[in-house]
Amino acid sequence: MRAVITVIGKDTVGILHKVSGICAAHHANVIEVTQSVMQDMFAMIMMIDISGMTSDFSSLADDMTTLGKSEHLDIHCMHEDVFNSMHEI
Amino acid sequence: MLNTFNILETIRMIQEQCLDIRTITMGISLLDCIDTDIQQACRKVYDKITAKAEHLVEVGEQIEKEYGIPIVNKRISVTPISLLAAVCPNDSPVKFAETLQKAADTCGVNFLGGYSALVHKGFSAGDLALIESIPEALAKTTNVCSSVNIGSTRSGINMDAVALMGKIVRQSAEQTADQQCIGAAKLVVFCNAVEDNPFMAGAFHGIGEPDCEIHVGVSGPGVVRAAIEKYPDASIDKLADVIKKTAFKITRMGQLVGTRASKMLNVPFGIVDLSLAPTPAVGDSVAHILEGMGLECCGTHGTTAALALLNDAVKKGGVMASSSVGGLSGAFIPVSEDAGMIDAAVNGTLSLEKLEAMTAVCSVGLDMIVVPGDIPEETISAMIADEAAIGMVNHKTTAVRLIPAIGKQVGEMLEFGGLLGSGPVMPYNQKSSAQFISRGGRIPAPMHSIKN
Repeated sequence: MRAVITVIGKDTVGILHKVSGICAAHHANVIEVTQSVMQDMFAMIMMIDISGMTSDFSSLADDMTTLGKSEHLDIHCMHEDVFNSMHEI
Repeated sequence: MLNTFNILETIRMIQEQCLDIRTITMGISLLDCIDTDIQQACRKVYDKITAKAEHLVEVGEQIEKEYGIPIVNKRISVTPISLLAAVCPNDSPVKFAETLQKAADTCGVNFLGGYSALVHKGFSAGDLALIESIPEALAKTTNVCSSVNIGSTRSGINMDAVALMGKIVRQSAEQTADQQCIGAAKLVVFCNAVEDNPFMAGAFHGIGEPDCEIHVGVSGPGVVRAAIEKYPDASIDKLADVIKKTAFKITRMGQLVGTRASKMLNVPFGIVDLSLAPTPAVGDSVAHILEGMGLECCGTHGTTAALALLNDAVKKGGVMASSSVGGLSGAFIPVSEDAGMIDAAVNGTLSLEKLEAMTAVCSVGLDMIVVPGDIPEETISAMIADEAAIGMVNHKTTAVRLIPAIGKQVGEMLEFGGLLGSGPVMPYNQKSSAQFISRGGRIPAPMHSIKN
């Protein structure tokens, strides 16, 4: 089982570190990261494996939301099922 | 395989185009709560609803987080209460409404529908008492919704019930005149009502349904609008194709959420309702889709054709995306709940007559329309009869949810707030229909109802 985390916001030091830190704290393994910085905007899509998580996915989503609020970032966590069901027949 | 384009498209749909799951609705049968002692019956009703829907809101919130998609409402629909009221002839059915409100409060749901009666061929025990009690029940409760089915293609239109409902709609508005006449906004009069509708105010749990099930109603007019905006010069058949593909994606989300909720609650999955349900929020309007197709303003000539195209394409795209489609499934045109419709009504482009024509080709009917407070009850009945006739003859569900704005005139507004929005008071035809309505009786079922 995998999930997708997207992060958009003003580029600052340590965004990737903070996001991956939360993943690590929940035992979610980071599989793939695509990121770019355009002008001063940071955009990242991170794929994580959530099958070995020690907590439930919603608590990870809560932590990401809290991080997003404190760092003024737009962070979205979505289970991969959403994308698979929407974009595949 | 996931790709960046698909991921970003989905996120844009949710963040910018107001894609959401409008409702997860749990249908609960109350047939096993029937009791000749109304206290006992109410206790059983409360116990059953709160037991079945104990985790409904919690599960809804958990799915929201898991899938990252807003689930705007969590709702409950129950067996038409007239069936329970039938065996308690000496007690007021309002006690059931108060019990439903208590159960809704305990479960934390946004709406609870089913204070309903089905009288399309005539009144049976409990029906009249329940209908007469609707204004009081809606005034005494906040989250309970009511509906009455007064006609069907198979049985014709019960004109006695039509005449009665004109009065009931008016009284519902009068008894809540100090709350923007909200009572009438929680009451729907149907022809060909469906038994598995997850949308309010017309949801009830039909007697042919299982003991308990989960329905999902999707939304997403903003997504459709954004999709067609990319093709300003495309032909109509290309537009239909774009809408179909978009409806497929939206519905898949509904199917995913519904099956997940059903599994988590251990309750069978009922249906996905493929409706395009607008909200007053900017970018979430069905009228704006029609305008995006090339109409200067919703309500002008061409609106009915554009809506017919939209409604059909939504169904075709949605049907393939879901294992079980039901409910009302189509485009909704509630005036007060749709920013584009509100503007069109305020500037005079969208009239009641045009809305009536539009209801012949889309889901439901004259929905959330505010009329002047001095409207005679016979005129309300006549509007119900017109709308029911469209439903009866065209084998489709039609409904009327009119709100007489007590003490207000054309040009003023009613402000409901939230999903119900705000509605401009719209003019009606001043000529009388009173003699026609006072005749009573039944409009016979149309010839094509005899199908066997």
